[in-house]
Amino acid sequence: MKLPRLTDTTLRDGSHAVSHRFTPEQVRTIVHELNKAGMPVIEVSHGAGLHGSTIQQGFSTFPEFELIAEAINTVKQAKIASLFVPGIGTSVELRKAAEMGLDVIRIAVHCTEADISQQHFELSKQLGLEAVGFLMMAHTQPPTVLAKQAKLMESYGADCVYVVDSAGSMLPSDARERVQALKETLTIEVGFHAHNNLGLAIGNTIAAMEAGADQIDGTLRGLGAGAGNAPTEVLVAVLNKMGLNTGLHLSILMEVAEDVVASLLTYPIVIDRDNLASGYAGVYNSFLLHVRHAAEKFGVSASEIVEELGKRQAIAGQEDWILDVAVELAGRK
Amino acid sequence: MTKVKVGILGSGNIGTDLMYKILNNDGHMELSVMAGIIPESEGLIRARNMGIRASHHGISAILEDPDVRIIFDATSAKAHRQHAEMLRAAGKIAVDLTPAAIGPFVVPPINLHEHINTFNVNMISCGGQATIPLVYAVSRIAPVHYAEVITTTASRSIGPGTRQNIDEFTYTTAHGLQSVGGAKLARALPVINSADPPVMMTNTVYAAVEGDFDENAVMSSIIEMADEVSKYVTGYRLKTTPFIDDRDTPWGRLPVVVILNEVEGSEDFLPAYAGNLDIMTASARRVGETFAEYILKNEEVSL
Repeated sequence: MKLPRLTDTTLRDGSHAVSHRFTPEQVRTIVHELNKAGMPVIEVSHGAGLHGSTIQQGFSTFPEFELIAEAINTVKQAKIASLFVPGIGTSVELRKAAEMGLDVIRIAVHCTEADISQQHFELSKQLGLEAVGFLMMAHTQPPTVLAKQAKLMESYGADCVYVVDSAGSMLPSDARERVQALKETLTIEVGFHAHNNLGLAIGNTIAAMEAGADQIDGTLRGLGAGAGNAPTEVLVAVLNKMGLNTGLHLSILMEVAEDVVASLLTYPIVIDRDNLASGYAGVYNSFLLHVRHAAEKFGVSASEIVEELGKRQAIAGQEDWILDVAVELAGRK
Repeated sequence: MTKVKVGILGSGNIGTDLMYKILNNDGHMELSVMAGIIPESEGLIRARNMGIRASHHGISAILEDPDVRIIFDATSAKAHRQHAEMLRAAGKIAVDLTPAAIGPFVVPPINLHEHINTFNVNMISCGGQATIPLVYAVSRIAPVHYAEVITTTASRSIGPGTRQNIDEFTYTTAHGLQSVGGAKLARALPVINSADPPVMMTNTVYAAVEGDFDENAVMSSIIEMADEVSKYVTGYRLKTTPFIDDRDTPWGRLPVVVILNEVEGSEDFLPAYAGNLDIMTASARRVGETFAEYILKNEEVSL
């Protein structure tokens, strides 16, 4: 098995878990340590991507471009990436990020809507960015559908397309079949992004690698939306044990996870009732804190909200439906 | 009763739905021509079956009829940029359903009468027609520092034009929220959901309000406005009583008025879930009706 490229997204997916309150100092420290450990790619942006600072997603405490600039100025060899969601981010932010020296843009859409990303892939390539596609909520579609959507992204100029388990809802066989379908259809690289709602973030990442994944993601201490991601330091330990020489300094990763990232947590990232309900019902992980806010405001149970969102097939970016569901559940009481 | 002759340019989904809306509802307009560019398009066939003159010669079919006074342009922004000048030169009023935005933005219950003598008006976007009235309903009572709207539509109701221009949707709608809705700052976030069965169009408005305000007055203003819109978009309704949710914002902790709205299409041609298309054609019809009524009234006077 070949060694995939690792992207650490503590400072992007992890942004959800700290309610988008990362400070420039935290970014500098974490990027410095990741860079020192030899991390190839480090993702920094609002959890919902560039321009994600909104009422719907939660406002950032510090302007996103200040954080991205801090990361770019701190790294030596690592590449800096940002997430970009069409409809949230626009060409204006893409241009600005490229001008600042961003290396990689990861363009994320709901996994049936690849054709809304054409203008952004084309612009990213014109701007000289490495462009990675993200097919979110990939558990909702069969491998053949995902492969077709990924092919569209390839035709727009994508350098890689990820299968993204946004809800942490996949089993290893789900991850394997989806990555395999993309590998068979595409000529570009294929990636896998995991969440841990069913305790399978590491396992699914390994399954994706067995199917040929070229790129994988992790976050320090698993810091990420909902139940969190595949913990970077654990992933590296596992890869080393598998005999794949990552070349990454495990001890540095373990230290920054323990000494820096663990202290940022305001609540434990564990598979509690809400996170398990979310993974089980296939509900987008970034909803968690919004669900808890609405549950408290309207006096209803968070798990019930999650369950109803699952029934309604809510997708990324639909935090407003949480309020709608909470009001409706409160009305039934 | 005398009626004003009108034409539809563009025989796609929007043009066809608008045709049925004009034919199915009595008013001051008489649909006399439907023009497209694809000879055997379904819209043109349907128009012919309804006894409407249908042509695949596009804008020239419209220009050759001097009696046609109001034209609904349901083509594309690119095409409308060419049509606008020709229609103006021919003295025809253009109700533009494309994102071309050549004429001023109109939202019927807010500013239609200000533009009653204008020869080209723009219908903004589906999200704009649904949410700008709601933001305006708040801002006419209390200053809205920031408005953010989320428009969720069914994947099947979103055509290739919108898909290739998702940035433009966000810019245009946000611009309308500010210039017509009265918000100081604004964002518009589209969400395309591919759930099966398709989801109905929903809109959420967050209006962050500055300073003290009369909460009851804001609530009544919103309810009144939703009633006003539902007079011409029959499936337009509030999903729940609006409420206030305090949120941390870049401008401090502010009360945010949260309005949840839903638009069910009237199924003139398009399915009920496609409220996003229905609100465009229903609003355009309302604009056309108002123009037509005004033209008839003025001509009566001059006789």
